[in-house]
Amino acid sequence: MSPTWAGLLQVALLLLALAVVYKPLGDYMARVFTSRKHLKVEKAVYRVGRVDPGSEQHWKTYASSVLAFSFVSVVLLYLIQRLQPLLPWSFGREVNPGVAFNTAFSFVANTNWQSYAPEATMGHAVQMLGLTVQNFVSAAVGLAVAIALIRGFTRSQRDRLGNFWVDLTRGTVRILLPIAFLSAIVLIALGVVQSLKSGVDVTNLDGSSSRIALAPAASQEAIKELGTNGGGIFNANSAHPFENPNSWTNLIEIFLIMVIPVCLTRTFGVLVGNKRQGTVLLSVMGVLWTGMLAVIWSSEANASGPLALLAGGGMEGKEVRFGIGASSLFANATTSTSTGAVNAAHDSLSGLGGGGTLLNMMFGELSPGGVGTGLYSILVMAIIAMFLAGLMVGRTPEYLGKKLGKREVTCAAIAILAMPTVLLLGTGAALLMPDTAGALNNSGSHGFSEVLYAYTSASNNNGSAFGGLTATNDWFQSTLGACMAFGRFIPIIAVLCLAGSLASQRKVPETAGTLPTTSPLFATMLVGTVVLVAALTFIPALALGPIAEALA
Amino acid sequence: MLKQVWAGLRVLVVLTVITGIVYPLGVWVVSRVPGLESNAEGSIVTQNGQAVGSDLIGVDPVAADPNNDPWFHTRPSALAKDPLGPADPSSSGASNKAATNEDYLKVVQERKDTIAKREGVDPSQVPADAVTASGSGLDPQISPAYAQLQAPRVARVTGVPVARIQGLISENTLRGIAEPGVNVLKLNLAVQATKRG
Repeated sequence: MSPTWAGLLQVALLLLALAVVYKPLGDYMARVFTSRKHLKVEKAVYRVGRVDPGSEQHWKTYASSVLAFSFVSVVLLYLIQRLQPLLPWSFGREVNPGVAFNTAFSFVANTNWQSYAPEATMGHAVQMLGLTVQNFVSAAVGLAVAIALIRGFTRSQRDRLGNFWVDLTRGTVRILLPIAFLSAIVLIALGVVQSLKSGVDVTNLDGSSSRIALAPAASQEAIKELGTNGGGIFNANSAHPFENPNSWTNLIEIFLIMVIPVCLTRTFGVLVGNKRQGTVLLSVMGVLWTGMLAVIWSSEANASGPLALLAGGGMEGKEVRFGIGASSLFANATTSTSTGAVNAAHDSLSGLGGGGTLLNMMFGELSPGGVGTGLYSILVMAIIAMFLAGLMVGRTPEYLGKKLGKREVTCAAIAILAMPTVLLLGTGAALLMPDTAGALNNSGSHGFSEVLYAYTSASNNNGSAFGGLTATNDWFQSTLGACMAFGRFIPIIAVLCLAGSLASQRKVPETAGTLPTTSPLFATMLVGTVVLVAALTFIPALALGPIAEALA
Repeated sequence: MLKQVWAGLRVLVVLTVITGIVYPLGVWVVSRVPGLESNAEGSIVTQNGQAVGSDLIGVDPVAADPNNDPWFHTRPSALAKDPLGPADPSSSGASNKAATNEDYLKVVQERKDTIAKREGVDPSQVPADAVTASGSGLDPQISPAYAQLQAPRVARVTGVPVARIQGLISENTLRGIAEPGVNVLKLNLAVQATKRG
């Protein structure tokens, strides 16, 4: 089997697996968030939390619950890291304040940017009590916000969006936990480690001795991918053979990355009472995803940079068991969602391959995007698309029976502008700092790309990196931390405000003048809007980095 | 807001117990099942009761006498001190060198020349995976082409016939759904076992 056919077979298996679970998982998630029953364990959460699961929240209360929960998450995660020496399985590892600050924001914001080498920094207790927990709950927060936005569309003349604590708990307990548990066991069966030891000593064949690092990787790997988090328990992330030992685990991990964001379009369709509304969003995501896969894969397979020409192929930073195809597939999946796990070093991708991963993030991570964040990001983009269409024909735009007035469009605009604002300001400011040149691993346009990638990844809550950048000075730690927080929470507040505003509206009946949002015309317009917004915002930056590198 | 903060803290504590203690330790308990446990502890390979490495981790063996090098070699590792040399598997990582990095091109050229000399071939015959650092720095596999390149030397030094070596390469080639790869540790162990006869 040629490498190309092997790669295509994997794409086909991935799409087949997603197609099989699309309906059952999408429908199940819809039931989770509409069911009236509470599980025993959920009741325990509500009892200890002293929250009334029967009460519903105004959008402002919902938003302040999200912010309060995330705030205590940051504080607790910071403390857990700083107090590591007091915890079991710490192996003498310590976390300095800069790393702890950055990591706390990073994992709470579902980014999982890592300015540390896990094997030397984080013991197993911090990994489990701190990082694994945030891998679950930060994903559940994204899911909750998406569900609240859907309620905005489905409710009429109501000022309540549901209960954040209930949505958070159900997302964690009923969706993430069972899938993660099952996947973790499957991953172990295929070779992923799950050890409480820090390492194992071996005597190599040549008589020398080595210590091979071990960690409870499988439990973290499963939720790392499923929750579109991406923070590796080993420095090499999913390129490490203990996190991702073979082509089957690789395929499973890509599946886990994509499964919830993809199936949420079904959940959306079910909840708004028109499944085609969901499939049209999925088709838009699919077009963008497939197009970007073609860009990344073809530029990796035909890598024409000096290094690839000298070596005889673009294998720098890639593993033999994945090759070009499965590395490109993973790179596309991880940047088109907000995951940021990597099975190959993105810094060593070809000019256009690296540019493709950047552009995936710059779209706003909506093809299919992160858990929950992907759905609300594409819905916000749909509102912008309808607004543009409304301007063209001179009518007040509508979407799903709701008028898109000044307030709705303002919220949507804030939600999509937050990311480029902090991204470009952050990149520009970092370039002005005298220390930045010394932090680069490569010079010229690629050096610029390293900085651009860092702020793109942080602002979009992706977490992958052009890993050559040494982002450990105080400037990078603090500004990247701020970009992660703003890139996460400004859109969340704007989306919840939007949801509140939509819910309070009366539904308007469809008329002959309503643009149908299940048509290919609408899908085309939505793709165009996503590409246009990203292009207008980012072409100058991309021209200085990956485009210059590809043309060199 | 303060009310939400306290509620958030209490909910977070319960969710920490569920997802940060019960979940990972639950997975660990299941991983103690016979059949899963050896995977969970790193797929360690033993020879005469001695742990000699992991099935999944590539650490390059160093020849005592470079002119009589009996080993199949792994890919270069960004974790190694020299352009070619053993990785330290207590860490992991890639070189993160760009396709346009002039300094790194010299390193790749050096690897190419060293390997060509070691195998007695023209540098143009050295495959890409032999001169590029892997993503993890611990890649357990090499391409079949790189294994074939090393086969005549290993045969000569170990005294095992080339045809037998090629059979061993084939036996230790994993053909999953991705591209085929040859497990270097297992191949070296198989060559040693054959040599001892």
